Amino acid sequence: MEKAVEIELSKIACRVRMGVVEGVYHAKSGHPGGSLSIADTLTYLYEKVMRVDPKNPQMPDRDRLVLSKGHCAPALYAILAEKGFFPKEELKKLRHTGAMLQGHPDMKGTPGVDMSTGSLGQGISAACGMALSAKRFHEPYRVYAILGDGEIQEGQVWEAAMFAAHYGLDNLIAVVDFNGLQIDGAVKDVMSPEPVTDKFEAFGWHVLTMDAHDFQDIERTFQKALSLTGKPVAIIQKSIKGKGVSFMENQVSWHGVAPSEQEYETAMKELKAALDQWEAKE
Amino acid sequence: MADVIKKATRESYGEALCELGEEYPNLVVLDADLAAATKTGMFKKKFPDRFFDCGIAEADMMGVAAGMAATGKLVFASSFAMFAAGRAFEIIRNSIGYPHLNVKIGATHAGISVGEDGATHQCCEDIALMRVIPGMTVINPADHYEAKAAVRAAAQLDGPVYLRLGRLAVPAFHDASYQFQLGKGELLTEGSDVSIVATGLMVGEALAAAELLKNQGISARVINLHTIKPLDEEILAAAARETGVIVTVEEHNIIGGMGGAVCEALAGICPVPVVRVGVNDRFGMSGPAKELLQVFGLCAENIVEKAKYALTLKK
Repeated sequence: MEKAVEIELSKIACRVRMGVVEGVYHAKSGHPGGSLSIADTLTYLYEKVMRVDPKNPQMPDRDRLVLSKGHCAPALYAILAEKGFFPKEELKKLRHTGAMLQGHPDMKGTPGVDMSTGSLGQGISAACGMALSAKRFHEPYRVYAILGDGEIQEGQVWEAAMFAAHYGLDNLIAVVDFNGLQIDGAVKDVMSPEPVTDKFEAFGWHVLTMDAHDFQDIERTFQKALSLTGKPVAIIQKSIKGKGVSFMENQVSWHGVAPSEQEYETAMKELKAALDQWEAKE
Repeated sequence: MADVIKKATRESYGEALCELGEEYPNLVVLDADLAAATKTGMFKKKFPDRFFDCGIAEADMMGVAAGMAATGKLVFASSFAMFAAGRAFEIIRNSIGYPHLNVKIGATHAGISVGEDGATHQCCEDIALMRVIPGMTVINPADHYEAKAAVRAAAQLDGPVYLRLGRLAVPAFHDASYQFQLGKGELLTEGSDVSIVATGLMVGEALAAAELLKNQGISARVINLHTIKPLDEEILAAAARETGVIVTVEEHNIIGGMGGAVCEALAGICPVPVVRVGVNDRFGMSGPAKELLQVFGLCAENIVEKAKYALTLKK
């Protein structure tokens, strides 16, 4: 990846993170930690990989993204706003009564949202259905799903994993966001899903690993994933929960709470400083 | 009247899918390892490229159905009522109901007439579970012709539909000319003393009960309430107003089912006594279907008894 591209993506990712903090702060609730850990991946997918049209969100042949870890909607909303699917002002109304942006993604109410999710373990099945549709009806789109590391404790995920391999859904890429933390604590302490790589391999998937906060590695991994055929691809991304906001990083307490006014200002200041740094590199 | 045929509504479902598959190139069918029993196997044979077995994984199947519907497919997903409405309830609620996706749930083996398999497979809770999901249409056809027409109506409707189908072969009282009207109860016999509102397998028994009552000088109106949601409040209000008392009959728990829906509606628009005939808040058991229906009181004789009791409640 060229340096200029990396800088551009990094700037967008900073703005996505600011959108997350903005949304959760104004909502006075929500899930900042896991939203921040997927900000870079979503930025790369929407900027460099996925074929979508903000002016025509229902374009039949668009690539689909299913945010199976639906509670991290603030990150999805932030990148969709960044792409122009709806005004950024909407982010400040996240979770408000009557607002377009629901606490969890609502495909019927929000342009750019391809599947309603929120109840964990279900999005991956829907992604399989979309991928199967594309394959059997010769439709040219790909399907991306993003799952949480805690989410894969749901049995339905493994039903879907079996299904995707059985039907050879090589147009499906599932990203598992391995930030290591879930509500009740460390994933390894609550209910270890390890060895995750071996599990997906045993279920018949290609498995890649990725540093979720390094655009060079993100590009390498996705380009590799897009070249693989015959099986679905799982990307296990090593991420940092709360990435980008110093006091939220690797803190389980930031799974599902909103920042106070002071914390909000500190977070926004940090993210703005990071954005300025990238701009200085241009 | 054409020759009376005797067929299980699951059989009618399989036949209808085969016909609709010709007409709708985007129609796909999913099953969870029960294609031989749900009769989706008939579709599989005819359209192997549009049939997908999901294995014994009903939760995933409902999610896959949602995903396929989200890309514009007309999806029929089948299993036994117990595992479709029961096991996969929350997936139906969140992945299909909430986004109002075009998924038709063909749930066979509903009620205790499953027979020998016993309580674990006899779903008497599905109407309750499905009708509380906003936007879900719930249909419980009574015979072969109605089932075929209902499957077609479901295909024509944009949105989620729960089709409640049976394992047991039942005689048809409709014929090929029957015009099914989604959301409209069917007035089968006029009557002025009592109204019997039945659904599914029980409609035939209700008709038999009305005959028996007639012999005893009691004029019973029989309504086939094939669509439980949306509910035909008009036909119910008229029945309540004109006969003053209602008996509901269903192969379902008396709590939360069609009888419950009728009570909810009438309480608001025309309160009259309602006597509910159904499974009395208990689990099923093994046995031949016909015997079980007798044991559980899901038969004409018990309907007659309950109708006579209902008459004593009339104001």
